[in-house]
Amino acid sequence: MMYSKKTIQHFKNPKFVGEMKNPDAVGQEGNVRCGDIMKVFLKIDQGIIKDIKFQTYGCIAAIAAADAMCELAKGKKIKDALKIKSEDIAKELGALPAIKIHCSVLGTEALKNAIENYKRKKNS
Amino acid sequence: MRKKIYLDNGATTMMDPRVVEAMQPYFSQKYGNASSNHSLGQEAKIALENSRKIIAKSINAKSGEIIFTSGGTESNNFALKGIAFTNKDRGNRIITTKVEHKCVLESCKWLETQGFEVSYLDVDKEGFVNPKELEKAITDKTILVSIIHGNNEIGTIQDLKQLGDICRKYNVYFHTDACQSYTKTELDVKKQPVDLITLNAHKIHGPKGVGALYIREGTKIMAWQHGGGHEYNLRSGTENIPGIAGFAESVKLALDKKHVTHMTKLRNKLIKGILEIRATRLNGPIRDKRLCNNVNVSFNGIEGEAIGGYLDQKGVCSSTGSACSEEALEPSYVLMAIGLSHQEANGSLRLGLSRFNTEEEIDYVLKVLPRIIKKLRIMSPLGKVIK
Repeated sequence: MMYSKKTIQHFKNPKFVGEMKNPDAVGQEGNVRCGDIMKVFLKIDQGIIKDIKFQTYGCIAAIAAADAMCELAKGKKIKDALKIKSEDIAKELGALPAIKIHCSVLGTEALKNAIENYKRKKNS
Repeated sequence: MRKKIYLDNGATTMMDPRVVEAMQPYFSQKYGNASSNHSLGQEAKIALENSRKIIAKSINAKSGEIIFTSGGTESNNFALKGIAFTNKDRGNRIITTKVEHKCVLESCKWLETQGFEVSYLDVDKEGFVNPKELEKAITDKTILVSIIHGNNEIGTIQDLKQLGDICRKYNVYFHTDACQSYTKTELDVKKQPVDLITLNAHKIHGPKGVGALYIREGTKIMAWQHGGGHEYNLRSGTENIPGIAGFAESVKLALDKKHVTHMTKLRNKLIKGILEIRATRLNGPIRDKRLCNNVNVSFNGIEGEAIGGYLDQKGVCSSTGSACSEEALEPSYVLMAIGLSHQEANGSLRLGLSRFNTEEEIDYVLKVLPRIIKKLRIMSPLGKVIK
């Protein structure tokens, strides 16, 4: 598998990895079968993502994509964070091998899931 | 840059410098075609036949029973297709297993499109074929049984004597793919009733692109590659003399029993050290039923490609049976065949040793690996469930 330098950098030193204490929202996507699970933790203040962390069960691309997604989402308004596309993550990583594109999709889906959970919690 | 620690010797090996040296003369000095009658041609012919003798002797066979090929894949293709088409007057059934190398399974799949029927035997949790199941699967239409000798992923060494005796009893040809086991465990055609054996060079510190097929005298097989009638009219094409000379040299060097002792010692140390990491399992059998250079383990809660990625950062080359490393995004079919769950297979790591690995290298791996596993488990949402 050929990964870009940027992907390896994110994989080697992920900035956003780890569990968050008292998150405002948590989201998860993926399953063990395909080998990728992504969990996202959010701290949200006045509609802005103040802090974001992730945990990933998965490969090099999945870890790098999660970290890149966090980098893109941090500081954004929720409605703007929802606009992050898997292509944006792939772009941030330089490029992803074709069979690893789904890892970047997993990133956006986990984020979406977390934001949905946040909205649901807020409205309940 | 730090020296690499190469633990992917199940994939391929470093060429021994002595093998490179043995090949040298055949590139630009003794470059003749072994079919030519002049002196340069004759030099090539001598190298070819000497090499054939060395390889024949290594498995207690006759020179005339060794056919040089371009490697393991070609030998396996040749054995399966050559036997199938030559013996179809006797029947159309072939038996193999679920843990063969891709080139055997894909050849079988293709043969199924040509009117042959293939049974794929299950294996037990250590990867062994049950001889009783083999016997049950044989019918009067069965013409060939093909079973891998030493498994490339989990190191299981099948009992060729026991399985071969069954094939003999029913007068069925028996082929084995011995690419991984050659020179690492006994291979002796006088003791083991095997009719065809796939051998190759690049797993034993020889060059890539050269291998052989042992064909027991009297075996009915047809050529699969036609042309000038080389290799007893069974495999046409100008012989790869540098490769073949290198292959023979690699065999000579690999036959020294001390290498097996060395690799076994390192393997045992590596397995013992890795199993001290919690929530870890060994895949495949233990001790003498396992290839002396194979280690395959699974770590709960994390994924193999990521383990390999961090090991690579530390200069260690390894491989995995995880779905993430496969184009098909399915975990290793060998690991699934021995009953692993998806998570166990996705968390697998294969380490393949060679005679060039040292105890210091193993110490280093046992120092960095537990840290990598710990780091990945902290990163994983499944890491918490591990007690």
